[in-house]
Amino acid sequence: MGRILSRINFRSWKFLIGLIVLVTWIYCYVANQDITNSVVASGMRFAMPLALAAMVGIMCERSGVINIGIEGTMLLSGFTGFYVASFTKNIILGLVISILTGVLTSFLHAMMTIKWKMDQIIAGTIINILASGLTSFLYKQGSTIPNTWPIFDIPILSNIPFIGHAFFSQQGPIQYLGLLLIPGIWVMMYKTRWGLRTRSIGENPGSADTAGISVIRMRMINVMIGGAIGGLVGGFICLELVGSFSNNFTAGAGFTALALMIFGRWNPLGAFAAAILFGLAQALATQLQIFGINNVPNQFITMLPYVFTILVLAFAAGKVRPPAAAGKSYEKEKS
Amino acid sequence: MTNNSLLKMENISKSFPGVKANENISIEVNKGEIVALLGENGAGKSTLVKTVFGLIKPDSGTITIKGEVMEPGDTAVAIRHGVGMVHQHFQLVPVMTVAENIMLGDEPHRGAFISYAKAKQVVRDLSEKFGLEIDPDAVVEDLPVGLQQRVEILKALRKNVDLLILDEPTAVLTPQEIDELLEVIKNLAKQGVGIIFITHKLREVIAVADRVVVLRNGKMVGTTSPKESNELQLAQLMIGREVIFQLNKGVANPGDVVLEVNDLQVRDDRKLMAVDGLNLTLRAGEILGVAGVEGNGQRELVEALCGMRPTVQGSFKILGIDVTGNSPRSIHSQGVSHVPEDREKDGLISSLSIEENLVLDQYKSEPFAKGWIRNLGAISDYATEMIKKFDIRTPSGKTPISSLSGGNKQKVVIARELTQDAKIVIAAQPTRGIDIGSIEFIHNQLLAERSTGTAVLLVSSELDEILALSDRIAIIYRGKIVATLDSTNVDRTKIGRLMAGASS
Repeated sequence: MGRILSRINFRSWKFLIGLIVLVTWIYCYVANQDITNSVVASGMRFAMPLALAAMVGIMCERSGVINIGIEGTMLLSGFTGFYVASFTKNIILGLVISILTGVLTSFLHAMMTIKWKMDQIIAGTIINILASGLTSFLYKQGSTIPNTWPIFDIPILSNIPFIGHAFFSQQGPIQYLGLLLIPGIWVMMYKTRWGLRTRSIGENPGSADTAGISVIRMRMINVMIGGAIGGLVGGFICLELVGSFSNNFTAGAGFTALALMIFGRWNPLGAFAAAILFGLAQALATQLQIFGINNVPNQFITMLPYVFTILVLAFAAGKVRPPAAAGKSYEKEKS
Repeated sequence: MTNNSLLKMENISKSFPGVKANENISIEVNKGEIVALLGENGAGKSTLVKTVFGLIKPDSGTITIKGEVMEPGDTAVAIRHGVGMVHQHFQLVPVMTVAENIMLGDEPHRGAFISYAKAKQVVRDLSEKFGLEIDPDAVVEDLPVGLQQRVEILKALRKNVDLLILDEPTAVLTPQEIDELLEVIKNLAKQGVGIIFITHKLREVIAVADRVVVLRNGKMVGTTSPKESNELQLAQLMIGREVIFQLNKGVANPGDVVLEVNDLQVRDDRKLMAVDGLNLTLRAGEILGVAGVEGNGQRELVEALCGMRPTVQGSFKILGIDVTGNSPRSIHSQGVSHVPEDREKDGLISSLSIEENLVLDQYKSEPFAKGWIRNLGAISDYATEMIKKFDIRTPSGKTPISSLSGGNKQKVVIARELTQDAKIVIAAQPTRGIDIGSIEFIHNQLLAERSTGTAVLLVSSELDEILALSDRIAIIYRGKIVATLDSTNVDRTKIGRLMAGASS
């Protein structure tokens, strides 16, 4: 404990924001336990898809590939997953299809950017346009799925006072999976050989290449793992959180995720924290709408989380530094 | 002594389209031997060592390592045979630690997890074994270049190399770092590692090499040892003609003061005071050499004088007009030419063609532009003329700068900066990292400028260069000029003492 405490920088902005959130949380909890719990829980539901989508960005950019096609990946995989689930009445199959679609979409992205060395922004844009065009063209109203993924409490953990209700109760399986997946990605990125190599090809691929690491192969695989997560998010939203597919349901979430990734400095836990912050702001805004503050127009309240993000990004985050090789395709030195 | 033989290259030939890079070259390296590969740019040194390291597959010839014939053209095979290479441009991940960089690709691990404790121990053991001190936890980008290179060497040594290839290892180092590196090289050789290093600098060759192999135009023109040879002989072998080390420069005709620097203060990138109360005068028709150990404010001084770096205090006048704080373009238009220290970063735009780089400062004006339309014909004609006049070796003026050798790149900079009506030429490290032929050419160009009445401020870390060209020598130490000496009958040791901070 002492060791952990000594590693915290008590004057850093991260600590400050964390403290403010915690104090506010405790204060609200004391004031009204039920509403606080439901706001925090719905904040987590807002946060998780964004956090997972940010993981897609992290997997790609850490290995040197900018992926602005997260939006499209989620849209396409949500679409395929939902309609497969709707036709087959099988939501497990639906989720599998979602993930597969994510992998395939990112494979296309990887081929364009890594193999054919296309401009990465353009490749991402192609994915986005393709996804929104395809899904709205094929969109069919009135489809339903038999059921969504069940919602349940995690035994024991959900009984922990204060945090149990926020994190471990009344959520679906993918939400809980995210709680494992994000720290897992962090461990992978910073503690394993794969992670070290991934970060090295995102910073200086030449160095990795001379060390005998296949840059192309590593990038392809990382981008496709990212794609699988992106597919998971699509299925997560359509089959668990919302339970339906609506045109352009992502509504910019893929780009918000990129902002959160930057805010979290390409660190999985940082991006998760950023997503929670954003999710809480969003849940708070919704709660304010329910309370019905009469003299403030609705639009301003729904704006809140975004304004909040901009403020945090502008004042607290300071200078960020992306992986040095992100956005550059790799070519071996010509000899 | 056959069991002592480490590397044997026999009749290696390699052609690239239009060039014979290597022609029938045979080299042997023994255990613990330091072989210097000497030659001008384009002589085929890099091609040769890349062949050994498996980056290039030769057209013919055999490579034998420790009695075993090595399959050519595969880096992995070369590494397995104990060949390591330190590239000229470091292949390090700047944001990672020393230990992470050294272990990359072959990490000590338990399962999928990296064992950082073991990795650090590996680094410490290597450090100790070879006497290369380094902190395994230091982040590479925070280290000075000399230590970064040390990381590169350790990276190579970690793979149990028997043969270490160093591609122009001293090009980026300061004089002290060079001395340290040469010590390291000697040390490694004592431990039985065979070493091949490429360089242009004759002093280094004399200092450490056991054997010198000289290449010219892809052919081996001589093998000798420093004991049997001297700098002049080696230089002659390299370029195939007499070199005039003692330049015939004639007497200077100093005219009016054209540059006057008063009590100038400039901060460096870390916001520390790099130039701290510096005074200087430069007259027309003279070459003033600024000598000093690198990092004593030379770079900041030059950048401030060219308008590229803000000044804190003090002023400087060009032809009597105070131009402190003016923009680079405005200072340039007052007749100040600048040959920057880092030609890649500040001197050229690599992706543009030679033609475009040659008119970077004049593209707006007649005859290279009419109104807002560029006159491509005029630019092309002008470039052809310059390429001829400055002996820039290139297939055409349309070639991008990035495909030229260092010496030819520098000639493009020189061609651009010296052909205009310059009153002052500020030349920072004008011959760093380029071949002897180009060095001589550039020196003569600077002398020609001087004879037409241009003032030259020459900033160089090569004392020989300063001594050969300057009329007066200003010694810079911790951001101040500590002494100005006349270059006739100078005392090298005195300059050395002043550069090291002794009060004359």
